[in-house]
Amino acid sequence: MRLFLFIFKRDILLAIRRRRELANPLVFFIMVVSMFPLGVTPDHAFLAELSAGVIWVTALLAALMSMDNMFRSDYDDGSLEQLLLMPGSKVVLISAKIAAHWVSIGLPLVIIAPLMSFLLFLPAQALPSLIITLLISTPILSLLGAVGVALTLSLRGGGVLSSLLTLPFYVPVLIFSTMAINAAAVNQPVSGYYALLAAFLIISILLVPFAVVAALRVSYN
Amino acid sequence: MNEFFHMGGYAFYVWASYGLTAGVLLANLIFATMRRRRILQLIQELTEED
Amino acid sequence: MFTFLHKYASPQYFYSWSANWQKWSSVIAVLLMSVGLYYSLLNSPADYQQGETVRIMYVHVPAAWLSMFTYMVMAAAAIVALIWRIKVAEIMIGQCAFIGASFTALALITGMLWGKPMWGAYWVWDARLTSELVLLFLYFGVIALSGAFEDERTGARAAAILTLVGIVNIPIIHYSVEWWNTLHQGPTVSKFDSPSAHPSMLIPLLLMALAYKAYFFALLFKRARAELIFRERNTSWVKALLKESV
Repeated sequence: MRLFLFIFKRDILLAIRRRRELANPLVFFIMVVSMFPLGVTPDHAFLAELSAGVIWVTALLAALMSMDNMFRSDYDDGSLEQLLLMPGSKVVLISAKIAAHWVSIGLPLVIIAPLMSFLLFLPAQALPSLIITLLISTPILSLLGAVGVALTLSLRGGGVLSSLLTLPFYVPVLIFSTMAINAAAVNQPVSGYYALLAAFLIISILLVPFAVVAALRVSYN
Repeated sequence: MNEFFHMGGYAFYVWASYGLTAGVLLANLIFATMRRRRILQLIQELTEED
Repeated sequence: MFTFLHKYASPQYFYSWSANWQKWSSVIAVLLMSVGLYYSLLNSPADYQQGETVRIMYVHVPAAWLSMFTYMVMAAAAIVALIWRIKVAEIMIGQCAFIGASFTALALITGMLWGKPMWGAYWVWDARLTSELVLLFLYFGVIALSGAFEDERTGARAAAILTLVGIVNIPIIHYSVEWWNTLHQGPTVSKFDSPSAHPSMLIPLLLMALAYKAYFFALLFKRARAELIFRERNTSWVKALLKESV
């Protein structure tokens, strides 16, 4: 637990020092969401229908873009290697890093998502659903993204390959989340979708860190 | 006989499916054989260099 | 026991015992495929609803079954490769990825050719088609990742991890037609219930499925043995083998 908090605080501190970089995925999110009414149509009804999916896909892409900084800067300057040599559970260490990444990148996306929902005229009754699905799923995105990054750390074209590897895993999360939001928009029950997403989250938290540690070992081969 | 090829009007779909399947399965076999020959040749050349 | 198994896994031993398996798989595949094709095209009834397009089922369904079976073989090889670092298992991962991608693409395209006359559309975004498409992307990912490393053994281990993370997709594909009532038809053949298809259609289907499976093993061994020789090219047994064949 102390190891978790230590690494978590360290990474958050590093993120705060680089806070200008953290704004990038948020700006990306806002700009790309704005492009849809500009490029497709400003029609209220049409945008309202698309809003759930567009917001979700854009948030997903914004998160995917910033997956790299989970490990890469530490890998490049050698500090990741030092951290892995520390005594203590590597799984806890990695979980802490992923958690810090989520707090610094995923959580801000969740916070500004309501603003995006106004831009695209998301029906008001679907807004809680948007926030809840993003809240449950962005940690899953961080976890799965970590696998992709860890596997491709030692490769030169790593960033693009990592995104390509991670995207197929994002598909079920995307589908269930947008199904939940669209169901909420027409006042249908959503608790089933939430339960499924929560189950995904729990399984990911329990199993993915082990895969990431194994992947890091491969990268440090 | 004509009826067989016509497949009740669905000739394109049925024969395209079977043709594609045959194509893929045979192509894989042929490529695998070619690959094996190329590898054997490559190793032959490498051992001759020694 | 593990020393016993390790003997079978050693590259040289594997190369010799797999020769027989490859030969017999090929023979069985050719036989089953011939009989299967005879039944599929000539000796089975047209469906009263779908007409002759039902014959596409005999090439589409086995391809889909094999696409999932290949992933399970790849996952098993991945586990062996990660735990015991057996070279043959590492090779199997890469070869299964390629073969699996072919079967998945075949299943998707024959499915599209079946869907157009049956549903009126080449593609729908229903649960099973989407998850099969995701499977294709997973195979591409494994192929890309294993080829991106300079050292093929490291690449195989990375691909192994990716394979195991993605194994969740297989039950999703398999059960997607039960969990979601969408366009794709429900499961016809199940292990526990008596199948809901008539024997005259079931027999060609099962024959073709077995033929595909035999073909899979024949192709897998063929490719794996070639790759094995390449990776072990500097060993004495490969050099001796080449001297014999020349």
